[in-house]
Amino acid sequence: MNAVADNERPDDDEPTSDEDALTPTQEVRLRIVLAKLGLDGHDRGLKVVARILRDAGMEVIYLGLRQTTDSIVDAAEQEDADAIGLSMHNAGHLTLAPAMVSAVAEAGMNTPVVVGGIVPSDDVQALLDAGVATVLGPGASATEVAQAVRDVVLAAETEAS
Amino acid sequence: MTEHAKPANPGVPDPSSESYQRYREAYEASKLRDVPFETMSGVPLDPVYGDPPYPGQYPYTRGVYPSMYRSRLWTMRMFAGFGTAEDTNARFKAILRNGGTGLSTAFDMPTLMGRDSDSPWSLGEVGRAGVAVDTLADMEDLFSGIDLSAVSTSMTINGPAAIILAMYVAVAEKHGVARADLAGTIQNDIFKEYQAQKEYIYPPRPSVRIVTDMIRFTAAEMPRWHPVSISGYHIREAGSTAAQELAFTLANGFACVEAAMAAGVDVDTFAGRLSFFFNSHSDFFEEIGKFRAARRIWARWMKERYGATNERSMLCRFHTQTAGVSLTAQQPENNIARVAIQALAAALGGTQSLHTDSFDEALALPTEKAARIALRTQQIVAHETGAANVADPLGGAPFVEWMTDEMERQAEAIFAHLEELGDGSILEGVYAGIENGYFVGEIADSAYRFEREVNEGQRIIVGVNAFTDGADGEGDLLRISAETEDVQLKRLTDVKQRRDDEAVGRSLAAVTEAAKSPSTNLIGPILDAVHTYATLEEIVMAMEAEFGTYVEKAII
Repeated sequence: MNAVADNERPDDDEPTSDEDALTPTQEVRLRIVLAKLGLDGHDRGLKVVARILRDAGMEVIYLGLRQTTDSIVDAAEQEDADAIGLSMHNAGHLTLAPAMVSAVAEAGMNTPVVVGGIVPSDDVQALLDAGVATVLGPGASATEVAQAVRDVVLAAETEAS
Repeated sequence: MTEHAKPANPGVPDPSSESYQRYREAYEASKLRDVPFETMSGVPLDPVYGDPPYPGQYPYTRGVYPSMYRSRLWTMRMFAGFGTAEDTNARFKAILRNGGTGLSTAFDMPTLMGRDSDSPWSLGEVGRAGVAVDTLADMEDLFSGIDLSAVSTSMTINGPAAIILAMYVAVAEKHGVARADLAGTIQNDIFKEYQAQKEYIYPPRPSVRIVTDMIRFTAAEMPRWHPVSISGYHIREAGSTAAQELAFTLANGFACVEAAMAAGVDVDTFAGRLSFFFNSHSDFFEEIGKFRAARRIWARWMKERYGATNERSMLCRFHTQTAGVSLTAQQPENNIARVAIQALAAALGGTQSLHTDSFDEALALPTEKAARIALRTQQIVAHETGAANVADPLGGAPFVEWMTDEMERQAEAIFAHLEELGDGSILEGVYAGIENGYFVGEIADSAYRFEREVNEGQRIIVGVNAFTDGADGEGDLLRISAETEDVQLKRLTDVKQRRDDEAVGRSLAAVTEAAKSPSTNLIGPILDAVHTYATLEEIVMAMEAEFGTYVEKAII
């Protein structure tokens, strides 16, 4: 079980409809942009997550390696993405993840940013404070990953409406 | 019960056999460590048991040297690098004080990608996952106060490897150490970058030209240097199976040999300087089978396919690192047990050097304490378990021999596929497999299969999907302060102010010119540029002007 995903999700207090959240064949398929931001080339985890989300019925727009905040914002806008997922393994998360959140906000979008990968638990709160929607640490199961993505999308929609 | 006639001493070699007599002769000629080769209880031990071919005999399945660890234990080579060159220099000096004789350098991500610390791409990454090197000045600080004629240095870098090697040569020569006296290894295995590690700069073919230029340069001028370490480690970390790690790595080795031979280098002048780097994962017998199969396959291909006649060209000598990917963030102390088992597999598999991971590395670079426990773990394997007394102690065990054969069989099937892709050439097959997504696809499939098995509970990972009670905090982690980036940026600015910009410009133009002419060796012009304190990125860009860049197709 993953402490981060279970205990520190910012939307834990939000009432969520489990039925909606767990049904893979929702009327609108969630569209998720996945990317590696910056130079970090560790893409094993992100590729696994891409397949997990696809198997969970979501549409995955996989941008791959060496993306910039601009290229990710552009893709999210063009693809009308419901969430952006980043995977970070090089200890650059405290710089890069907030930069991503700012870029999304500057573009006038409210797309939630999910961070996965190697994030020490001490850093999780800093990322949440910077506006990251949720942080999925090592060991998050497939079910947890898919559920966390659904939850943040739901929370963002609730907030927007 | 009817008894079959059994030999009096099963497992003891027939002393009258020709191969054993040859073995004994080679063994007797070896210099041995001054320790008793007996069990803890005082039972004397032979240097080898079982059947021929013995260690040191073709095809070397049982080991590359007759006396193996009786002569010399594997090199305990611990990988280190973080922050600025001065920070890492202090860690290097601590390693040498603790009795280490080998240094192993980890570079930060911008350096690995050929970017300077002041590049917009480097934001947040400077000094984080390794040491930052922008110019010769950083390399001077990195090796300050270290006698480069007395240590062997391993440098894990690939895309900009030629520039880093040139900087190392330049530092040594400033210290008065001739390049011919430098011992060490530069990873410089570009094939696996496209397949797994993803730290490429240029497209495959110009990258391979740089590699062959380095092979030619070191063959001519640096006889103690290993110009390429063909690395399966990252392929496995990216998710491959053991057999894929074995096959892709050896295929990359064959590709490297074919490229150098095509560049007109005689196989026996460089093949003996190639070395390998494997992963040691948690499935004990599979790993041991993989190591044994690697030696047998390499020897046979080098001799039969590439016509090597020098025995050294046939020896698959390898470094091993325990599997970083097997470390769990949950209950991290359990990783000490994982690393110990993986280290034992590497020793029983006959490795030449070993890095043991630290238990806290699932979350950060290791603390000094965790790194010390990791080193102690391999010292325990070396000095307390008896694993170093007998060469290939598991050789002849039916399961181990079967596993060795099975690994070889699976690898040969992959070689056959690559040969088909390359129309008879492994080099062309590897290029084709990079271009058509074969390698990344196979690796991603294996990674996903493993992940599903863990998710579905078919595969137990202790502390992760079973036995999860008892998790406490992460403990102390090494933190790289954000000040590192500022310090490094200031160092770079200072160097840029001090240097002769005209000389830099001229030297960079010469690098671009050399890149345009395939018959010119790039290393000379790169060395000249390094001496002017041209930055890593400037030199990278001088070649990029001719070579272009590589963008991977995004395939899930």
